[in-house]
Amino acid sequence: MDWKPEQLIVFDDVSKFYGEVLGVNKVKLSIPPGITSLVGPNGSGKTTMMNLMTGLLAPTRGTVACLGLDVGRPEEFFRRVGYCTQWDSFPRGLTGRQFVRGYLRVHGHGLRDADALALAAVARVGMTEAMDRRIAAYSKGMRQRIKLAQAIAHRPAIMILDEPLNGLDPMARAEVIDLFKQLAAEGLHVIISSHILHEVDLISDRVILLNQGYVIAEGDIRGVRTEIHGHPMQILVRCDRPAALASALFAQDHVVEVRVHDDRRGLLISTRDAESFYLLLNRIVVEHGLTVESVAPADQDVHAVYSYLVGTEGEGP
Amino acid sequence: MSQAVEAVRFPETAALHRNQVRAILALELRKNLFGWPALVIYLLACLPVLAMCGYVLVALLVRDARSTLGVDNAGAFGQFYSAWVFRFSVRFVAFFGCVAVFTNLFRGEIAERSLHYYLLAPLRREVLAVGKYLAGVLTTGTVFTGATVVSYLLLYVPSPRLFESHFLGGPGLSHLAAYAGITWLACLGYGAVFMLVGLVVKNPVIPAAFVFLWEGINAFLPALLQKVSIIHYLYALSPVPLAVGPLALIGEPISAWVAVPGLLLVCAALLGASALMVRRIEIRYGSD
Repeated sequence: MDWKPEQLIVFDDVSKFYGEVLGVNKVKLSIPPGITSLVGPNGSGKTTMMNLMTGLLAPTRGTVACLGLDVGRPEEFFRRVGYCTQWDSFPRGLTGRQFVRGYLRVHGHGLRDADALALAAVARVGMTEAMDRRIAAYSKGMRQRIKLAQAIAHRPAIMILDEPLNGLDPMARAEVIDLFKQLAAEGLHVIISSHILHEVDLISDRVILLNQGYVIAEGDIRGVRTEIHGHPMQILVRCDRPAALASALFAQDHVVEVRVHDDRRGLLISTRDAESFYLLLNRIVVEHGLTVESVAPADQDVHAVYSYLVGTEGEGP
Repeated sequence: MSQAVEAVRFPETAALHRNQVRAILALELRKNLFGWPALVIYLLACLPVLAMCGYVLVALLVRDARSTLGVDNAGAFGQFYSAWVFRFSVRFVAFFGCVAVFTNLFRGEIAERSLHYYLLAPLRREVLAVGKYLAGVLTTGTVFTGATVVSYLLLYVPSPRLFESHFLGGPGLSHLAAYAGITWLACLGYGAVFMLVGLVVKNPVIPAAFVFLWEGINAFLPALLQKVSIIHYLYALSPVPLAVGPLALIGEPISAWVAVPGLLLVCAALLGASALMVRRIEIRYGSD
């Protein structure tokens, strides 16, 4: 799909150095609407990228534009952008409601509008009951949610979320992930950073993989995986007679390895040519009369892709 | 969602900035007046009041102190309080109160990692600088002017007759208004200085010591350098001329009509410099 510049977040050859230390280098990206995840270990440049998008940092070189807006004009820019940072800190002495409402008033909203928007945002993150308690008495998960409420309260078009699932219990994580999906369905850009890769898999339309300040891959995760030729694709086939399937596959050049699954009801196959493998599989199934329960890629996820590209394991589930 | 925000109408620029400054004042005054760091300014404000209580007790209880201190004499009263305001209330209490409040307007929020909430709002950073500055001025002005007023009124306690003749029937009330104004202007001036200091350096101790010394030797500096200070403009507003000592260099006296605009001009210049610094703030908080 062709996007107009005013629909994109554009990094044009952006570098950021902290003195001698590299933050990110030569980033050239265009991010369309939907959920995009920034993936990488601590120190890879995720937060730097997010801070550059929101003007909390100025690039050493290059330019960043969000929806064609310039961060130098904050009145326009920050009406369209919401950023839930990773910093677990708040102004002293405020309740959740005062916090969200107070900063909506800084946006320029009148008291009544600010109160209505604050109530709606607080309800959206499931914090209505606790909103009149002091933030200092909140649990980590509640603080994370009230921060999220503050970031979405002014109804931005771009939501930037730095490690938004940190500190949330499984139930709250599921609710917040649903919220992200709703926001993306409403046409928002949702940019999420995470080092918990299985969660990225659950929610992302596309990923940007970062390592030591460089973008090492970007795009739809399946597309990225397909481009990694150095590692054979792994495919898990569950069927009634795995041994018969294995003997038929051994004769093929592109099949590198076949392993019987632990429960003896499937095979984990490594192949250099996934397309040829799928065509071959159809033929074998018909010829041997096999009953196939499922066929699924076993390493077409962020975790596997990241470890292939970087050579280290990301943080698993 | 974005459609909903487009439906919200914001006021025109000037009114928007006023609303934003009001919102910043609401958040900042809560922090400045009710947080535990406010304890410093309350303690400082208590100093002149407690010291004056001690002075009054001595005047009331110690034999012959009354005549030595001259508590029944309007001239001695005026001289004493003028020195009290300039040497203690303004030069020490308001000065260090402003150091505590204004150097932390931005630095404190950076230390607490909460400044980004402002920087992520649709708010010009110049407006943020003005809002925070006004919050600091309101905080220090209110607290320290309160201390000035209370300590001035306490000085009448040993002599009810002087209260009647000097305060109710003489220039006492206008002098009090002048001292209150001087304290407010001191907070305005020192506030502008120390907001800039807080934005330029991490540790304000050395700059604060330098400014303290500079203000202290102001009367002994050449006339041109005397103008590069806050206290120079405040001296001109004193209802009772302050004795500055035999070594002081007497510059051309300035009238209140020059002193007040002159001081406001200095404050505006310093505030402008602070706004430029605020525009360049980057949020790092030391982790990435």
